[in-house]
Amino acid sequence: MSRKDITSGNWAVAEAMRQINPDVVAAYPITPSTDIPMKFSEFVADGLVDTNLVTVESEHSAISACLAAAVSGARVMTASSANGVALMHEIFPIAASYRAPIVFGLVNRSLGAPINIHCDHSDSMAERDSGWIHIYCEDGQEVYDTMIMAVRIAEHKDVLLPVFVCQDGFITSHCFEPVEFMDDEEVRSFIGERDPLFPLLDIDNPVAYGSLALTDYYFEIKRQQVEAMKHVERVYREVAGEFAKKTGRDYPVVDTYKTDDADHIMVIMSSAAGAAKDTVDRLREKGHKVGCLRIRLFRPFPAKAVVDALKGAKSIAVLDRAASLGAPAPLFTEIKGALYDAGIHIPANTYVYGLGGRDFFPHNAEEAFMDLINNNMSPEERYLGLRE
Amino acid sequence: MPRPEVLDWLRKRFFPHMWCPGCGHGIIMHAILRALVDSGKKREETVIASGIGCSSRMPGYIDSCTIHTTHGRSLAFATGIKLANPELTIVDVMGDGDCTAIGGNHFIHACRRNIGITAVVMNNNIYGMTGGQASPTTPLGARATTAPYGAIDPPFDVCKLAQGAGATYVARATIAQPVLCEQYIKNGIANKGFSVVEIISSCHTQFGRKNNRRTPVDNLNYFKNNSVPLAKAQSMSPVDLEGKIVTGEFVKREAPEYTELYRSLVERVGGGK
Ligand SMILES: Cc1ncc(C[n+]2csc(CCOP(=O)(O)OP(=O)(O)O)c2C)c(N)n1
Ligand code: SF4
Repeated sequence: MSRKDITSGNWAVAEAMRQINPDVVAAYPITPSTDIPMKFSEFVADGLVDTNLVTVESEHSAISACLAAAVSGARVMTASSANGVALMHEIFPIAASYRAPIVFGLVNRSLGAPINIHCDHSDSMAERDSGWIHIYCEDGQEVYDTMIMAVRIAEHKDVLLPVFVCQDGFITSHCFEPVEFMDDEEVRSFIGERDPLFPLLDIDNPVAYGSLALTDYYFEIKRQQVEAMKHVERVYREVAGEFAKKTGRDYPVVDTYKTDDADHIMVIMSSAAGAAKDTVDRLREKGHKVGCLRIRLFRPFPAKAVVDALKGAKSIAVLDRAASLGAPAPLFTEIKGALYDAGIHIPANTYVYGLGGRDFFPHNAEEAFMDLINNNMSPEERYLGLRE
Repeated sequence: MPRPEVLDWLRKRFFPHMWCPGCGHGIIMHAILRALVDSGKKREETVIASGIGCSSRMPGYIDSCTIHTTHGRSLAFATGIKLANPELTIVDVMGDGDCTAIGGNHFIHACRRNIGITAVVMNNNIYGMTGGQASPTTPLGARATTAPYGAIDPPFDVCKLAQGAGATYVARATIAQPVLCEQYIKNGIANKGFSVVEIISSCHTQFGRKNNRRTPVDNLNYFKNNSVPLAKAQSMSPVDLEGKIVTGEFVKREAPEYTELYRSLVERVGGGK
C-alpha cells in the first residue's frame, strides 16, 4: 500500500534513500541540500537502513568515497549543491568514465560570486559535459519517483553511468507538499539487488581502475562513453514505463503541456514550469494557442522528442535558469541544435530568468509569451525579472 | 556595546548582523577590533579574510579591506594577498569546520610556511551555519545532527595541530576571557610568522541545544568552569585534564617568515638589478 504524506523535496530524497537502502552514502553538508544527508543520518542512527554513512571532511572526499564504493560493487548515493558540486568536479568525469552508477540528489543553487544560496541551474549546467545523466524535476513527487527510477537506469548494464537528479533549491527542496510514497517492499522489488560488472572487490577476478591511457586508447574509451549515453533514452523509457505501470505516474523524457495544437511554445525546466503552465491556461482562456514543453532528461539530450513537440509551432521561447557567459544559454543552444539537425527553422527567443533565486512569476512567463504572440522576435538574449 | 575606539572599524550599514543573539562570534569580533586598534593598525592596511560559515560572515561587518571567499580556502587567498603585498596586516577569521575540515590542508601548509598571517580560529565545535553537523572538533560523545547519539570520531586539538605543523605563535582562550582573547590576537599580529589563535566560541543554537548548553550564559559558565590555564595544566594528570579547555600560549618562537625568505631568494637569484 502506498501512503501519502506532506514532505519537502529534500525529505522526499531522504525517504527514497531510506527505501533504497544504499550500501554507502558519503556526504558533506551544504545549503540547500543539507537536509538530505541530515535526515538520512537519522535513519542510519535509528537502524532503519544498513548503510555505511561517511560524514567526510569535504565534498571532494564525499564523491571520491562514493566513487570508490561504487566501483567496489556497492550501491551508492549522495547529495550536494553549488560550491559542493563545483568542488566535486574533478571526480565527476572520472566517475562517468569508471562507469560508476552513483545516484546523486542535486539541489540546484547558484554558483558564486556573489555568494548566494538560492536557486539557479548554474551548478549542474557547469557539469553538463561531465558524462553524467541529468534529470530535472518539477516537484517533490517527481523528485522522489526519479530517485527510485534513477537507480535502475544507472545500474542497467547497457548504461552504467552516474545520474544527477536535480531539483530547485528552496523552491522544491524546502517546500512541503503532498507526496505519495511507495511501499518499502515495492521499492526494493522495483530496484532489485545491484549486480555489479567488474567490481573491484571481486578478488578472484582482479581488475584495475584508473589506468593510464594516453594517445593510444583514451579516445576509444571516450567513444564508449558516447555509446553508453546513446542507450540511456531507451533504458529510461523501459524503466519509466514499468514505473508508470506500478504507480500510475508517468515521466516521459520531456513533459508536454497543451503543445499539440500550440502556435507558441515555451521551453523550460524544473519548478518554473508550474508558473509557465498556469500562464498557458490563462492565455488559452483569452484565445491564444500556447503550450509548454518541460525538459526532464537533459543529458543525454532527447533531441527527437523535443523536435516532435516543437515542430508544429510558429515560434518558441526558451527559458534558461543559467547563463552561458559569452555564448547563448545552455538549453537554448540545445533546442536550436536539435531543430537545426531536423531541418526545421522556427523563430526562437532566448530568455534568462531566476538567477540567484530571483522569483519567476506568471507575469514573467506572460511577458515571454506575449513577445511570441506579438511577433516580437530576435536572437538577442533577454532577461525576465531583471532590473536594468 | 562596542568600545568607542573600534566604532570606525564597523560597517554599520550592514547591521543588524546575521548572528543569533548571544552567539560567541561577536565577542571575538570585538576582541579582534580592539587588538587591531591597540596595535596601531590602519584600516586601509589591514585585510580581514574569511571562508564560509557563521564565523566567516565577520568581514562583512568590518570596515577594512575584506574578502569573503569560499569554504575552507581563505588561507589560500590570504597567502596570495600576503605575497602580493607583504606590508599588509592579514587576519584570517575561520570556523572550526572551515579551518580543520574542508580547509585543513591549507591550514597545515600555512603553518608549515610560517607566512605572516594571523589565523583566528573560532571554534564552536560544530558546523553552525549549515545546521549543526559534527565537525572535526566536536568532542567525543557530543551530539550533532549527523551524530544524534554522540560523536565517535576523535576530535582535532587545533593548537597541537598548528604546533605540529610549524606555526610560530599558537595560543588558546575562550570567549569567557575577552581580555585574554584580545591579548593573544595582539601577540599573534605582532608575531612575524604564522600565528594561530584558537578561541573557543559558543553556538548555543546548534551545539548548545543538543548538549545541555541551551543559552549563551550556559556556555559562558561552562567555559569558566572548565578552563585551566596552561601553567596549572602542566601539573595536572591526564585524567584530571579530561574535558578541560587548556588556555594559554603554547608556542612563541622565532623562525624565518615566508615572504621575507621569498624576497631574499628573489634578491639572491634575481641578479640584483
Ligand atoms: C564547498 C562548500 N561545501 C560546503 C559548504 C556549506 N557550508 C557553509 S558553512 C559550513 C560549515 C561552517 O562551519 P564552521 O566553519 O565551523 O563555521 P560556523 O558556522 O560554525 O561558524 C558549510 C559546511 C560551502 N559553503 N561550500
Ligand atoms: S548558528 Fe551558532 S554559530 Fe551561527 S550565528 Fe547562531 S549561534 Fe552563532
